[in-house]
Amino acid sequence: MTPRSTTTSRPIAGPGPAATPRPMTLQNWLDARPVAIALYLAIMAAICWSSYVGAQRMGYNWQWYQVPDYLFTITDDRFRWGEIAVGLVATVGLSLASFALAMALGLLVAMLRLSGLVVGTAVAVGYLELIRNIPLLVLLYLFYYVLGPIFALDRWAAAVLTLGVFHAALISEIFRAGINAVAQGQWEAAASIGMSRAQAYRWIVLPQSIRFMLPPLTGEFIALIKSSAIVSVIAVAELTTVGRNIISDTFMSFEIWFTVAAVYLGLTLILSVAVSRLEKRYAVDH
Amino acid sequence: MAAKQPIIRFVTSLRKQTMPGEAIITARNIDKFFGEFKALDDVSLTVRRGERVVVCGPSGSGKSTLIRCFNGLESHDGGHLTVEGQELYAGSPEIRALRQHVGMVFQQFNLFPHLSVLENLTIGPMKVRKLSRAEAEATARKYLERVHIPEQADKKPAQLSGGQQQRVAIARSLCMEPRVMLFDEPTSALDPEMIGEVLDVMVELAGTGMTMVVVTHEMGFARKVADTMVFMEQGRIVETSPPDVFFTNPKSARARLFLDQILEH
Repeated sequence: MTPRSTTTSRPIAGPGPAATPRPMTLQNWLDARPVAIALYLAIMAAICWSSYVGAQRMGYNWQWYQVPDYLFTITDDRFRWGEIAVGLVATVGLSLASFALAMALGLLVAMLRLSGLVVGTAVAVGYLELIRNIPLLVLLYLFYYVLGPIFALDRWAAAVLTLGVFHAALISEIFRAGINAVAQGQWEAAASIGMSRAQAYRWIVLPQSIRFMLPPLTGEFIALIKSSAIVSVIAVAELTTVGRNIISDTFMSFEIWFTVAAVYLGLTLILSVAVSRLEKRYAVDH
Repeated sequence: MAAKQPIIRFVTSLRKQTMPGEAIITARNIDKFFGEFKALDDVSLTVRRGERVVVCGPSGSGKSTLIRCFNGLESHDGGHLTVEGQELYAGSPEIRALRQHVGMVFQQFNLFPHLSVLENLTIGPMKVRKLSRAEAEATARKYLERVHIPEQADKKPAQLSGGQQQRVAIARSLCMEPRVMLFDEPTSALDPEMIGEVLDVMVELAGTGMTMVVVTHEMGFARKVADTMVFMEQGRIVETSPPDVFFTNPKSARARLFLDQILEH
């Protein structure tokens, strides 16, 4: 062992005695701030430039100036939301409705699984395996083309049911893990003051498991927003469908798909930030 | 702290006067298995109203399992167990109603960390006994006073010391107005300097005539408060004696050895 040098508070950058200057290994050189920034910009520029050049070579007619009209228009002091904005609202509405259904169903399945009843566990596990092993697109077709005519479901109902049922399977596992993460002693304490199992869930266990569930539930909601794009195949008028419709009218496929992707990205990023704030509120120190 | 000595004297005199009441807990030949392991082996014990029973013995001897059976947190596999006139068995529907009369204090406190101290005390009375918030809070403040921490009502459990948390846990049980209190090693998880404040509260509680079954290694407490000492080993009750007999001249060699081991420090 080399004797400890005086500069022990230096952040650990790699092996080697601390007193000597950092050796110019490739990793150290790449991690130096100016090099890293320059490299990052160079990579981004290369991607943009190559797409631009590729588009030029195929004679693509860029029409970015048209895109803002699809977000909103202002004519004679009148403000109107554009088609993409309306599609975004539809996507948010569809996602919220599906997520609410998925939460309710997920909680039910998780409780069946945790009930300790043989029937409950069998139903829950059966549901889980069934949903996990069918592609989302096939599930959508089942709901729209098979169950739709039988139960008179319109395309919106089929979309909400498909997304809700699909994500409920994953959400039930999040609930189960969150409930199991609450210490056994909490159940016992609740029981010892005469609470029923339902009361213990409602007042003691679920409020505590929220902080275990919030991060994965956010992830699941973001996944749901993204997978909601799939309902464009049954022409539910949400963001992706709107994008497709605009393109079939204008042939601006590059601009519109970039815009649609940016709108999804913005939506999910905002959600992540909002939930990380919420998590701080539910943090309980033990 | 200053009130400690008079209370103990009061308790001691009280004990001498109290006549044994009717049986509250009657265990007859109960057995309990965890898989292959026999945690309770043919245990019989009667606890009468107003009686203070202290259960001791080496770890793994079945003490905790026994008192957890008394409020149905564990179900016994053989024999008969009657609590407050109710025969208990696995899944008996009366268990919930019964638990309202049988308070339990845990080694790890098991306070509800997401609720304030006051809410910890009121949630049982409000949700289970259906008291109004005002009634529940009045009861809660009365018992917080009783355990000497009325000023901590609005804090979260994590902000309290271990001793304070355990006193809150005692108050939480008392808010259900139980007829028996079970204590499962209430001071084992505490730092030494906090054991005294919890034992003081328990001694005071004994002074009110509460029926208590206490699993503990605190032999000083046992000497002061116990009417009956129970010594367990390997799932069996080896000895049941009054404390003056148990501490001076235990009948069983096992109890004598156990006492020598824990009292020599």
